[in-house]
Amino acid sequence: MSDKKKELKPNTYKFDTLSLHAGYQPHKNAGSRQVPIYQTTSYLFDDVDHAAALFNLERGGHIYSRISNPTVGVLEERVASLEGGTAALATSSGMSAIFLAVMTLCEAGDHLVVSSQLYGGTVNLFRLTLPKFGIKCTFVKPRDTEGFKKAIQKNTKGIFGELVGNPGNEIMNMPEIAKIAHEAGIPLMVDATYQTPYLCKPFEHGADIVIHSLTKWMAGHGSSMAGILVEGGKFDWMQNDKFPTMTKPYEGYHGLSFAEEFGPTAFTMKARAEGMRDFGPCLSPQNAWNVLQGIETLSVRMKKHCSNAEEMVKYLMNHESVAWVSHPSVPDHPDHELAKKLLPNGRGSMIAFGIKGGKEAGVAFINNVKLASHLANVGDTRTLVIHPASGTHSQMDEATLKFAGLSHDMIRLSVGIEDIDDIKNDFEVGFRAARKPRLVSNQ
Amino acid sequence: MKFKVNNNEVYASTGGRPFDKKKPLIIFVHGSGLTHMTWVLQTRYFAFHGYNALAIDLPGHGLSGGESLKSIEEMADWVNAVIDAVGHKEASLVGHSQGCLVTIECTARYPDKIKTLSLMGGAGAIPMNPQLLSLAENNDPKAVDLMMDWAHGPAGHFGGHPVPGLYHINTGTMLAKSRTIQNTLGVDFRACDNYKNGFEAAKKVKCPTLSILATDDKMCPVKEGKKLAALIDGSQVDIIDNCGHMMLLEEADRVLTVLKKFITTNYPPLSS
Repeated sequence: MSDKKKELKPNTYKFDTLSLHAGYQPHKNAGSRQVPIYQTTSYLFDDVDHAAALFNLERGGHIYSRISNPTVGVLEERVASLEGGTAALATSSGMSAIFLAVMTLCEAGDHLVVSSQLYGGTVNLFRLTLPKFGIKCTFVKPRDTEGFKKAIQKNTKGIFGELVGNPGNEIMNMPEIAKIAHEAGIPLMVDATYQTPYLCKPFEHGADIVIHSLTKWMAGHGSSMAGILVEGGKFDWMQNDKFPTMTKPYEGYHGLSFAEEFGPTAFTMKARAEGMRDFGPCLSPQNAWNVLQGIETLSVRMKKHCSNAEEMVKYLMNHESVAWVSHPSVPDHPDHELAKKLLPNGRGSMIAFGIKGGKEAGVAFINNVKLASHLANVGDTRTLVIHPASGTHSQMDEATLKFAGLSHDMIRLSVGIEDIDDIKNDFEVGFRAARKPRLVSNQ
Repeated sequence: MKFKVNNNEVYASTGGRPFDKKKPLIIFVHGSGLTHMTWVLQTRYFAFHGYNALAIDLPGHGLSGGESLKSIEEMADWVNAVIDAVGHKEASLVGHSQGCLVTIECTARYPDKIKTLSLMGGAGAIPMNPQLLSLAENNDPKAVDLMMDWAHGPAGHFGGHPVPGLYHINTGTMLAKSRTIQNTLGVDFRACDNYKNGFEAAKKVKCPTLSILATDDKMCPVKEGKKLAALIDGSQVDIIDNCGHMMLLEEADRVLTVLKKFITTNYPPLSS
């Protein structure tokens, strides 16, 4: 026998196993192998004492499905486990997750520093809607790391951005921006919808709150709306006096201090106890279940999404009808090296490209592809295309479009998992039409 | 709340209710490298039902000042000093894991002050795996990862936290990494490894005692917990199936139900 002692290794479950099992114990659910759909509004109390205990957060459990639901709870734990987070809170959409995160963090009079390259709806939330609640924002271009620092004010409560911006694929230098946020004593909130935890774990790079539109790659099949916010658990809410609603006694729960009582899960506890109670953007158990089905195959799908995307990048870069291609896998992409560090398992399946012939050619291309679906979504198993300037970002004026890095020749492509040759053949039809836009439109 | 013991600031959660000297005192003592937050699903109940529930952060842990205490005996004396510092003459003690060693020793040293003793995942001795001890003393985060692996039973590894949306293992990991590992977990593991008086201390315990054990506890197995309980006159034992060492989170409701019955029977609350 060898004298060499065996090195101890933790045997906690790995990503693919957690995708299938985390958050659920069959023996507590009648042995049901599949997660049951708890299609109910409310839950019986054992007695008055039990009811009071649940309302006072003295014990865990469910009261009313606006606040929590067992099926939704499995989804929340599963995503928390995959992200390496302490806790998560699922919502009815990605947008409601962003709104809930902001309202948990901020009060009237507060300020946020926000990346300028975002989904159009998110831009409008920060630019137009949040100011109605007294929350102001300063936009900074995602590559302008120093700009984030300069934009921080005394009343700034956080930095928000999409890790890879929609639709231009500009990447925030998350580790550096996290340092800036933490030096200022504020958290970094990252929308990592494009990456999923399979491609990037933002908590490992300094993020404090991660937000997903689960509607996209996590659910993956274009069937269900859902969002989630996930807490990293490292941010110290008590380090300064910037977050009194986290650290001071809260009248709404008998003087509870979320930070003192719940520490690494304080943000999620407050978002649920206050935000879900008062705003109510709850996720339906049926949609939670649909998302869980998607997450079971997340790593399998993401590998195929990414390999198809890299094939499409090569195809587009060599195509006579294409003026430019933006994808982090392209060596001359300005964030290529950063992408290698932040996205080690693949650079994602979102491609932006410019079509020769500008807006008119873009419209002809979109109108003539048959396999690729023209719609306002990304992250479906099917290939999707859109012309952002006339679609997802059409509510922006010319100056805002320019600041967000959008051009009129830009096509946004969400690469699906179809056979790659079929996608290319479909694009050939679109490009042929784009080269003769008037002829095709007159047919 | 914050107060001072031996000139160092001590943080103790009061379970969301103000401290009230008229109410009987329960002190909750956390395990190695952890904090008061491990007790959140027990303390709030007692705080709302006629008790002062103090979940303390040991010195150098969580939100408490000072340096970590180097021996179980010092920690036992420190818990006694906490009782004095908050102006009480007596208390019930509840411990988890290392906290069991501390509370047994404290009960043996101060038998007139301690009215009930509740032990969760306890044993008379907790000898440490030498590799794990070395990792913790060398500030290696792998020590926390190993502890979280061993501390959760097979069911607990899947999650299923009683509070919707919380994931056990990552929450525990974050608590154990909230301060410098070698100064908390490293010192605590060494204190556990050095402590040899658990069985002798148990023989001196005369107050009502409860042991909650778990069938899948790898860190303090059921047989070790039973061996300890057998030395304490009239000790009650409750064993939870399908549960690991982190029973206070993995089976929080069951633990609270058993604890509630035991403490309210043997150390009644202040009636409202």
